[in-house]
Amino acid sequence: MSCWQTVQDYAFRSIGFGENLLPRSDFTLCQQITLIGSGLIWNVYFGALALAFGFFFAIAVALAKSSRHRILRKPADWFVFVFRGSPLFIQFFLAYETLQLLPKAGVEVFGITVETAWTTRAWAGALFVLFLNTSAYAAEIFHGALKSIPKGDLEAAEAYGLTGWQKFRRIQWPTMLRLAWPAYTNEAIFLFHATTLVFFSGFPAFRQMGDALYYANYFADKTFNPFVPYPIVAAYFIALTLILTFGFGLVNRYLNRHLPSNQKSRIRLRPQLIR
Amino acid sequence: MFAACADPKAIEGLTWAACYLTSGKHIDFYLSFATVLLLLAITAPTALAMGFAGATAARSRFLPLSLLGKGYAAIVRGVPDIVFFLFFVIALDQGIEYLKSLAVCDDHSWPWQGLEFRVCQEAKVPLGASSAIWHQAYGFALAVFTFAIVFGAFAANVLYGAMGAVPKAQLETAEAYGMSQAQVFRRILVPQMWVYALPGLSNLWMILIKATPLLFLLGVKDIVYWARELGGSKTQAYEYPHPDWRLWYFLGLLVFYLCFTKVSEVVLARLSARLSRGQATAGGEALRKAAA
Repeated sequence: MSCWQTVQDYAFRSIGFGENLLPRSDFTLCQQITLIGSGLIWNVYFGALALAFGFFFAIAVALAKSSRHRILRKPADWFVFVFRGSPLFIQFFLAYETLQLLPKAGVEVFGITVETAWTTRAWAGALFVLFLNTSAYAAEIFHGALKSIPKGDLEAAEAYGLTGWQKFRRIQWPTMLRLAWPAYTNEAIFLFHATTLVFFSGFPAFRQMGDALYYANYFADKTFNPFVPYPIVAAYFIALTLILTFGFGLVNRYLNRHLPSNQKSRIRLRPQLIR
Repeated sequence: MFAACADPKAIEGLTWAACYLTSGKHIDFYLSFATVLLLLAITAPTALAMGFAGATAARSRFLPLSLLGKGYAAIVRGVPDIVFFLFFVIALDQGIEYLKSLAVCDDHSWPWQGLEFRVCQEAKVPLGASSAIWHQAYGFALAVFTFAIVFGAFAANVLYGAMGAVPKAQLETAEAYGMSQAQVFRRILVPQMWVYALPGLSNLWMILIKATPLLFLLGVKDIVYWARELGGSKTQAYEYPHPDWRLWYFLGLLVFYLCFTKVSEVVLARLSARLSRGQATAGGEALRKAAA
């Protein structure tokens, strides 16, 4: 079987297209690279969506966390504490067991039956956990950035008569983003790394449709040779990390465009945020 | 455990709960918390030592050594740590068995053949005939070593940064006093770097705590294993039948981890304040101002 044939069969195997049976014997390098790459679709799906939704929720939580009102601040504090203080692995298990407890027949809401079966599937359940998790980590970053906005900037804004929403929109928001961006880049990278946990933590891989590490593990189990599939995953993730760093770097440059070039904050990769 | 627990089906209420929670399997569950603590107790110093070695190597003037150190510190940057966990456990196991096979087997053929990893019976680690406890201990040792390698790389990253953060003037002054390179390293650099390394190391400790459930993936019977085992619904065939309680067990684990990280946070904050005393850093300045 030629390599091109393999690519056609397995390139979209992880989302249910192409050959149904996974290779069982005579594993070729081409099969491993194709199938593991196919699994990467799930990692990108989880990472990108959790990051996109999480960004806005995180800013809301960060604002609540720095609010003067106890009633806003306390829940935000607890949310961040619970999700940052416990392992993501346990969060996945807990979420899966909780979602399993939902009645199988569906929940009755205002006379309409809402299906619940889909929530235990990885694409929804795991995405939800990742969304909450990244929100908590990013909220802490944005909260830190909000606190380190120079006092003079805020006083100047008030002197110009900016208050409330205007002050936030014009002064706090851009400065917060600029200060938080390097740390947020790290968060994004480690979120993508964390997506590899999904199929090892309770959420079953439906019809063997798993992520990159799921397939790598499949090959390592079948061939008893970890020296091929795991380096392939590693290479894919290094590529993904480079792409992310580049994309976030562009945004960083945009956020810093008004500053003289020697004051710009550079993005340094710091492995401080894995969960 | 207790005499009253002899017939679990006949008892109810609090007695039942007391008997249930002290059953043999539950004792194993509680002991598995000790496994986690043991892992932390061994891994943390080992990883710190490996990180120290890595960071020192990265600073070396001898190029190959420096590249080796930098490469080691860099491996964890772009790749998910769980990939390393899954990789090293098999790779180490096979590496050990291959080396042993070179020593004890007559047949020295390449062991990775087709879909098998084949070494002779005498080269198996532990030997097929050894008791289950040895298999568990070996599995645990492999897991600990894997954790130490991965977290050593993180620590190397942190310590390399911290060594670079010690003010140059301090080192130059030491050299001006006539200290040798080794003396500067031992007397000036190492004592001063900790305050710069502490934020990173604190972070690392938190990450390490939160990585302990991954032991489950490495095949160790840890708290996650027991929570799944004990929580699953038990039919009447079991001594203590109950519905699916996994949710409650995992909730218990969540609370355990939350308490653990909270306590660590408090202790590390105190340690940081202690180390900042008298240092020329923002933390030290804040302490001086507070005292004045």
